[in-house]
Amino acid sequence: MTATTLEKASTSDNAATVEFRGLRREFGPTVALDGLDLTVRPGELLALLGPSGCGKTTALRMLAGFEHPDSGEVLVDGEDITHVPAHRRDAGMVFQSYSLFPHLSVLDNVAFGLRMRKVRTSERRARAAELLDLVGLADKGERFPHQLSGGQQQRVALARALALRPRVLLLDEPLSALDAKVRLNLREEIRRLQQELGITTLFVTHDQEEALSMADRVAVMRSGRLEQCAAPAELYGRPATAFVAEFVGTMSRIPGHLSDGSVEVLGQRLPVDGAAPDAVEVDVLVRPEAVRVEADAEGDARVVATAFLGAVTRITVRLMDGTEVKADLPVHEAGPLGAGAAVRVSLPERAVLVAERANRQ
Amino acid sequence: MARLNLWRWAVLAFAGVYFLVPLAASVIFTVDVPGEGITFDAYGEIVGADGFLPGLVLSLELGAATIAVVLLLMVPAMVALRLGAPRLRPIVEVICSLPLVVPPIAFVAGISTVLKWGPEHLSRTPLFQTFVAIQNPDFPVVLVLAYVVMALPFVHRALDAGLRAIDVRTLVEAARSCGASPVQALVTAVLPNLRGALLNASFLTLALVLGEFTVAQILGYQPFAVWIYSVGGSQAQLSVAVSVLSLLVTWALLLALAGLGGRSRTAPRG
Repeated sequence: MTATTLEKASTSDNAATVEFRGLRREFGPTVALDGLDLTVRPGELLALLGPSGCGKTTALRMLAGFEHPDSGEVLVDGEDITHVPAHRRDAGMVFQSYSLFPHLSVLDNVAFGLRMRKVRTSERRARAAELLDLVGLADKGERFPHQLSGGQQQRVALARALALRPRVLLLDEPLSALDAKVRLNLREEIRRLQQELGITTLFVTHDQEEALSMADRVAVMRSGRLEQCAAPAELYGRPATAFVAEFVGTMSRIPGHLSDGSVEVLGQRLPVDGAAPDAVEVDVLVRPEAVRVEADAEGDARVVATAFLGAVTRITVRLMDGTEVKADLPVHEAGPLGAGAAVRVSLPERAVLVAERANRQ
Repeated sequence: MARLNLWRWAVLAFAGVYFLVPLAASVIFTVDVPGEGITFDAYGEIVGADGFLPGLVLSLELGAATIAVVLLLMVPAMVALRLGAPRLRPIVEVICSLPLVVPPIAFVAGISTVLKWGPEHLSRTPLFQTFVAIQNPDFPVVLVLAYVVMALPFVHRALDAGLRAIDVRTLVEAARSCGASPVQALVTAVLPNLRGALLNASFLTLALVLGEFTVAQILGYQPFAVWIYSVGGSQAQLSVAVSVLSLLVTWALLLALAGLGGRSRTAPRG
């Protein structure tokens, strides 16, 4: 189940750079892409993350050649491929739905691209067998797609996408139709293969956990634009915008007053991290693991709900003004804090992220 | 439950009687010649009968041509419709269903009017030759054109059902990303998965052409159905024998089709 050294050498040498420049696309009244600029570095796995309708799939399909931008261009290794038809783009793609050809055996599915390239039968069967071995399905070559499980089908689809040694690998939510366990396995396997082959990969997903755990960098998109593109740790720890902060991971908003570059929140005065908004009434954005909750009979906050998550317990606390804050506590600390318990909420003495106050319903 | 079963058997028996009695009567009529006892002479005579072979050959030729034209027209159109303009689908469906609403007699009245009007008004243009050519009695192209229109509802339905069962867009895109041109994608990825639908459409079209009488008769050609009718006037027994035979042939085709369609899922391929 390891890629041959030969294969590795052949792909990582020409790992491609992908560039989107000012991509714009409208579908009737909706703007799918509103000037997208993004560069994917050679050999990296970049996840396109965003809510549905943010244009991430459209961007991927433009790289595949299935959509065409109204304006802007797509470059691979500096070469403009905007007008190159899909079948000459040298991009392997794995689709969200099962896309195997139902009338062909697994082996013939993997060999399909080689057949289109007019590779000799013996050669393409050998290559297809090699790829099936790579995805751990060497013994399933004679089966038909409908005889395989969902996870196996996506592995075959991956093998098929890699068969032509593409310069770019495109994954369009390949795991979203699978159940949780299979998804985790395949997630690791895709990452392992991608790193072994050193192939530039674009991965579309709406699952932030998937994006953070697999990708070298994550590009968060919102209504057709790029919000932030950064390594997972940076994205989580230092989100550039309030949207990224709230989309990636869990964030609570606590009202505060901004003055002189610091913010007053929960009776504490904390420095502001990054650029402060131009307002006095602001929200402080905090991760559950950064919120401290202590039992305090004098405290004016009340526990509303608790949820056991394994290593930690997530506690939802309602502050006096009605704001709900989520906090993760080690299980032994959370033990005595049942719903209704009086608690005191505080933040660590660190710079905090601040955003303009959101309108509350 | 028992009562339900009884009803089922009753309905089955009634349907059986309804269909089988006329059929049995036809068979008996053809084999039981008064004064000669049971004889299969009527069936033997068919092959030698005047006009049988040319009529059948003409019908089969017309059937093959109609199938080719209607599939070449409809398959790319339906696939393109699915991929590019799903909103036009209801419109196409209505248009393709029109031949069911227009009776063949009205349809052929229109055609014959055009065939008379055309040569008069176009006598000085090259189109005149076109009108002559499509009415060539050896191979009346005009019948193919008419049958293509008449087969549209059946072909449309069969193909639509077939296309509904597969994810055309994903199949085409998967093939394209594997380096297939649009035409290659259609031929290598979509068509093999439409095999059942294509067979169905072809069979329905063939059955329609073999049995079509009105248009051919009024335009003055003599394919199989018209021949059966004309022979009926003089040799009643022979014409019924031909009817029984053509029914059996149709059944055989239907069974063959079911066999082919049933195997398509598991058929191993190189």
